[in-house]
Amino acid sequence: MAENITAGEQAVENVTTNMDLLRFATAGSVDDGKSTLIGRLLLDSKSIFEDQLEAVETTSKGKGYDYTDLALLTDGLRSEREQGITIDVAYRYFATPARKFIIADTPGHVQYTRNMVTGASTADLGLVLVDARQGLTEQSRRHAVILSLLRVPHLVLAVNKMDLVDFSEEVYDKIQAEFTQFATKLNIPDLEVIPISALQGDNVVNRSENMAWYSGPTLMHHLENVHVASDRDLVDTRFPVQYVVRPKSEEHHDYRGYAGQVAGGVLKPGDEVVVLPSGMTSRIAGIDLYDQEIEEAFPPMSVTVRLEDDVDVSRGDTIARVKNAPKPSQDIDAMICWMATTPLRPRQKLAIKHTTRNARALVKDIQYRLDINTLHRDQETKEIGVNEIARVQLRTTTPLLCDAYAQNRTTGSFILIDENTGVTVGAGMINTGN
Amino acid sequence: MTQTHADYRLSQLDQLEAESIHIIREVAAEFERPVLMFSGGKDSIVMLRLAEKAFYPAKIPFPILQVDTGLDFPEVMETRDRWVDRLGVQLVVASIDDAIAKGVVTEDGKTSRNRLQIGTLLNAIEENGFTAAFGGGRRDEEKARAKERVYSHRDEFGQWDPKNQRPELWSLYNGRLHEGEHMRIFPISNWTELDVWSYIAREGIEIPQIYFSHQRRVFERGGMLMTETPLNPCREGEVAEERTVRFRTCGDITLTGCVESTASTVEEIIEETAVSRVTERGATRGDDKFSEAAMEDRKKEGYF
Repeated sequence: MAENITAGEQAVENVTTNMDLLRFATAGSVDDGKSTLIGRLLLDSKSIFEDQLEAVETTSKGKGYDYTDLALLTDGLRSEREQGITIDVAYRYFATPARKFIIADTPGHVQYTRNMVTGASTADLGLVLVDARQGLTEQSRRHAVILSLLRVPHLVLAVNKMDLVDFSEEVYDKIQAEFTQFATKLNIPDLEVIPISALQGDNVVNRSENMAWYSGPTLMHHLENVHVASDRDLVDTRFPVQYVVRPKSEEHHDYRGYAGQVAGGVLKPGDEVVVLPSGMTSRIAGIDLYDQEIEEAFPPMSVTVRLEDDVDVSRGDTIARVKNAPKPSQDIDAMICWMATTPLRPRQKLAIKHTTRNARALVKDIQYRLDINTLHRDQETKEIGVNEIARVQLRTTTPLLCDAYAQNRTTGSFILIDENTGVTVGAGMINTGN
Repeated sequence: MTQTHADYRLSQLDQLEAESIHIIREVAAEFERPVLMFSGGKDSIVMLRLAEKAFYPAKIPFPILQVDTGLDFPEVMETRDRWVDRLGVQLVVASIDDAIAKGVVTEDGKTSRNRLQIGTLLNAIEENGFTAAFGGGRRDEEKARAKERVYSHRDEFGQWDPKNQRPELWSLYNGRLHEGEHMRIFPISNWTELDVWSYIAREGIEIPQIYFSHQRRVFERGGMLMTETPLNPCREGEVAEERTVRFRTCGDITLTGCVESTASTVEEIIEETAVSRVTERGATRGDDKFSEAAMEDRKKEGYF
């Protein structure tokens, strides 16, 4: 038995070394009980504080509700509380001894696709809620399509309100079969279907006594145990240079380091590397993490890389392995989600940001609009409206160092910016790379 | 830190650190005149530490800006000075007293100094031409904050418009601005109070002494324990007495309450934080208690 360590030391140990992180995005229609579920996860993991709960209880009473409306915990803005709706993506946090969780809470009904895309872009897992009484709706299919398009590697379908269908196994089986069938058309590597009652807490954190027929994990158990470490690309080395560190001080007169966040693969001192787009080759002389030299760097570490030769490297360049490098290209074929109310049209010019590189892009062609309800490819439409998804061809002013989004979510993604308003108007996922 | 990563996994704290450093570097690379807003509290000290790490061995390539309320804890100011000396970073102080003297903001006896910070801060941002201002705000602090982006766009009045925020996708931040606008940047958005304390423990970061348990003359007001000082004397019916307390946040001495605690080390604070059933703001921030949307309303006006 180890020496007596205090609870404080244990807590420090847990949070500083052991605990890992799962980011998940929630989706669901307005009345599927999403806010209640999030409230339940927070409440049952003891992540709600007394002062927050008291405030919600007071407000619920004031509004004449006969139960505490957990949705009030998550509706943070005055206008949301007034209207009882959720306007925009919010991020929430809770932790169990095993993991810290970041929830991207995406609202169900307004500006629906763009919010889902925003929340899903950083998610390891997508959580889609359906109402057991309704079964799969068009909306649930849309959620799944978007999560698949965004390459969210894990998907959970939570069949909610099981209490309202007498905890029926038949109802669950039917929904599960239907969804599994639908999911075969999509790219969803890992799917879990869990029957729950968010309101009563069945199978959320605690196993339900009402559904003895269900032998799978509770939602919390699944969230705590789903394996996400292998979802990153540890093979194809990609290091987009963010910032050149040049101290210009007596002590570090000749220091020249390239700071950035590793986007793929593993970097080690001694590795032969190529700097793109110049194509100059060198070797990694050292990798610094603050004042320490480290032996390897991998995603998502933010480090500073030094090279053996004095090659010209600046922000926007990418360091890769000589025999495994992205091919610089000015012609981009991508799926985009359009987020602006003014439509996207051919010949339009936009600003583009890809990794640490800024350029301008011209819309050369709109190949098709994807109907996310039917997955039908509509090739007639040449105008893409807000919340629509399309396949487009872009020509950029400077070469981008792209991978396919399917291979790397960092080097395969970009945003489009309206140069007049400065607003982010599109999210892009590159189809081909390398 | 140079532990081996057999399975190429980073702990959540390392992931948060990597993300925050990425954001800080991105801002330094893309904005003309960034500044780091510094209150002297634990969150802004963690921010300084992250900035220090982001550019090491070079110095932090932007100044730090402190709004001097004139009501700050002396211990906080001492810690600030030691950090500034150690990092060799430029310190810009925007004083509320100066702002009042210059007529930038008006002290009418009713408005708290917390509110006067807004005008003072916005004036300092404008006068110095800062285009990006880092803040140590976290989304777990408050429900309006949970809705705010890492890059929070502010118009030429410094206002935040929660209904018109830019979508934030992947780690691709959009820092485009029009003349007169600026961006508030929150690199530790995804950290919780416990993460901040864990990081302070791991890194051995120096923070103001008021965070640790000490004896202080305090009195109860509005359910909170307030410091007795000439700046904030007892009102009728209030009785000051010596108690063993510490602070969970640093702010204006007249508005920041403390909690009874014997936690005298960071480890003990973590232990206490881990089991606490009240948020730091709920326990100690008078300024958030004015209304349910107090924070949101102040942010819309240009607050942090």
